[in-house]
Amino acid sequence: MNARTLFDKVWTAHEVVPETADTPAVLYVDLHLIHEVTSPQAFSVLKSLDLRVRRPDRTLATMDHSTPTLTEQVFGKIPIKVDAAAKQVRQLESNAAEFGVELFDMRDARRGIVHVISPELGCTQPGMTIVCGDSHTSTHGAFGALAFGIGTTEVGHVFATQCLLQRKPKTFAVNVEGKLRPGVSAKDLILHVIGRIGVSGGTGHVLEYRGSTIRGLSMDERMTVCNMSIEAGARAGMIAPDETTFEYLKGKPRAPQGAEWDAAVARWRTLATDPGALFDASVDIDASTLEPMITYGTNPGMVMPLGGSIPRIEGNAVYDKALGYMGFHGGDVMLGKPIDVVFIGSCTNGRLEDLQAAASILKGRKVAAGVKLLIVPGSQQVKREAESLGLAQIFKDAGADWRESGCSMCLGMNGDTVGAGQYSVSTSNRNFEGRQGVGARTLLVSPMTAAATAVRGQIADPRELL
Amino acid sequence: MEPLQRVHSKTVVIASTNVDTDQIIPARFLTTTTKDGLGKQLFADWRYLADGAPNPAFILNRPEAAGCQVLVAGRNFGCGSSREHAPWALLDYGIRAVISTEIADIFKSNALKNGLLPITVDDATAQWLLTHPGAEVDVDLAAARLTLPNGAATTFPIEAFARHCLLNGTDELGYLRSKLDVIESYEAARRW
Repeated sequence: MNARTLFDKVWTAHEVVPETADTPAVLYVDLHLIHEVTSPQAFSVLKSLDLRVRRPDRTLATMDHSTPTLTEQVFGKIPIKVDAAAKQVRQLESNAAEFGVELFDMRDARRGIVHVISPELGCTQPGMTIVCGDSHTSTHGAFGALAFGIGTTEVGHVFATQCLLQRKPKTFAVNVEGKLRPGVSAKDLILHVIGRIGVSGGTGHVLEYRGSTIRGLSMDERMTVCNMSIEAGARAGMIAPDETTFEYLKGKPRAPQGAEWDAAVARWRTLATDPGALFDASVDIDASTLEPMITYGTNPGMVMPLGGSIPRIEGNAVYDKALGYMGFHGGDVMLGKPIDVVFIGSCTNGRLEDLQAAASILKGRKVAAGVKLLIVPGSQQVKREAESLGLAQIFKDAGADWRESGCSMCLGMNGDTVGAGQYSVSTSNRNFEGRQGVGARTLLVSPMTAAATAVRGQIADPRELL
Repeated sequence: MEPLQRVHSKTVVIASTNVDTDQIIPARFLTTTTKDGLGKQLFADWRYLADGAPNPAFILNRPEAAGCQVLVAGRNFGCGSSREHAPWALLDYGIRAVISTEIADIFKSNALKNGLLPITVDDATAQWLLTHPGAEVDVDLAAARLTLPNGAATTFPIEAFARHCLLNGTDELGYLRSKLDVIESYEAARRW
């Protein structure tokens, strides 16, 4: 039998009908995650056709994008400020009830960012196909699942049939060898990868992150890496499941238990790419030489080592526009630039290890005067863990604003925004124009760099504060 | 979905590369629960000034953009978020085809499902189009052919089934539902 990739094994196992020249494959979906922003129009289609959600048992709903993070708004009597957002939340509640879909609503202890809660509950498992109306669904690929974002029409397709029509993507090996140095994180690694292959370098491909560096990463770190696959244009990102994966999942509420667990692990062990399997493309990365990274422009591919200076590019209108928006110039040194806001959170960096990394810098220190530090846990579970481990107290003592979970300031649609012209050093995934608020200027970094920057009040190297 | 067979229109050009879906429709407009009326928010942060007045420098506010159904854009159009609100906004505004050297995967998939035609062309064709805003182009979907005003014609790749659905105005859901018996057999045969 031919040597096969992880992707190929998962894809083939879910082909209900293989693709032909005239028709795409009918691909089975094991887990459909939904949230309030990209589901209402899909439920409307079901209603108009008098259809049901075919497999509510394979569907899980939460609310995260348009929800507030202020405790008084989530648990108190103060309503959601934006009427439309409140309506969206109510509509998900009524749709979930009408169609029998399990929903973690605003006050549910299991609520959080969709890509944080599914892994922590053990819903995300190796070898699965997982989709969600959200591009950062690639996060779940960290478990060896084939997970990708879909549009709302496709959300409707999965509701009605539990399947999608898909053309088989190509494969792309991202080989990473060497040990990350202290102060250099998984976030820096993936920012480097995006800078290397470009924001459309992965278009049409599923990335597989491979090599000793990847095998050495924790699950939280692997999720950070896979999360940003879409920022390289990739359809998905995957990492072969191994002992680290199994150890993470064992005992999780919705992971297989007992004899089923043993059978599942035996099956999961067969998923890794076979020796000698071929990829359509590949890139080799030496992790041992990487520095902390920071973006300087208006897409995640405009990225540079934190200690460097902004590259000079002559005669490129797009580059000029991006730097004009950011208020930067070619040749500028990034370290020492003043900033206004620091955001630690999101589906990229809102998990417990991210908060621990930030706390390691913030412990016993204060946020610089004039700087706002917002720390938003990725889920209510992460929030409880951070509180019981004393991290939340470290954040509060430092002067940070500690919130309820949600997408928050990653995208300005829930009340948490960055002001026009303000500089935001953010652990999120997109530095697009206006992403964090109209006119907001976003610089993407790791949690450690964000924390160090909050303390110094200017862009700072976390290695000076380790 | 409206059938789409032919588009004959002048082009409007947004030459920027990597135009992301946050530019096409910013997240703050995604609190809607319908698909309707998003055209007025298309490219909102480029199209309107801080006080809400139209930005006279932005192409969609200029008289020559009126009625254009074809948008020519720089490489990697539609990258970023999976929001289907992006093609909904373009269609509601009146755009029926987008031309670029590269179009992001999820945007392309969403566009095809709504009757917005994503057309990828070679560098030379793109360069010509980017430097000739307002060119009158003809798109023949059945032939997958884009014809420039000078008569030069180029074919573009389009997934066969998506083309079939676009030409006939057919929703893909009907095809998927016709496979429900096969889907049930698949589920029954799965051992995990």
